[in-house]
Amino acid sequence: MTSLISLSHWLSAAFILSGVLFFVVGTLGLLRFPDIYSRLHALTKADNLGLGLVIAGLVLQAETLTGALKLILIWLLVIASSATTSFLIARAALNRGIQPRSQP
Amino acid sequence: MALFDWGLVLSEILIVTIMVGLIRIVRGPTAADRMLTAQLFGTTSVAILLLLGEAQDNPSLQDVALIFALLAAITGIAFVRHTWNTEPETHD
Repeated sequence: MTSLISLSHWLSAAFILSGVLFFVVGTLGLLRFPDIYSRLHALTKADNLGLGLVIAGLVLQAETLTGALKLILIWLLVIASSATTSFLIARAALNRGIQPRSQP
Repeated sequence: MALFDWGLVLSEILIVTIMVGLIRIVRGPTAADRMLTAQLFGTTSVAILLLLGEAQDNPSLQDVALIFALLAAITGIAFVRHTWNTEPETHD
């Protein structure tokens, strides 16, 4: 039993650390990418995966089932809102005449 | 648990990523590029609140994180529909 608890701890730590790494990579993309469409991609994909990994790590540590379900609900809500918002921003940028960057 | 003393350290790392993301507000160049930093705030602050709640054994921060997620959704959609709206779209 102690080995199972220890495995859960280490798995949780690995999930959370990799999630934070994805957040850092998402911010790097936000700063370094050349146009708004690629920056949208970096932000929505990397940051949401990072949040998913952090929440997966915390679910492993959750003490009650309702706490775990609430964490999963938060993740699903952020995923839905980010997908919707990124689509709306990209469509508005396209309507404004901002062209995607062509091959150099 | 000794494991989640790291929660505070990881929260600080995430706060640094938000602060670095503020550079995008300065560099722009368009309003939507600046809006991306608000989106960054939305997702990263949820992670920060969840990690802090776990580190301090304070479950109510999960509810605060849920409210942040809702506000991030409303903020982004309000920006597109009101601030950066265009004339009637020619497609879709």
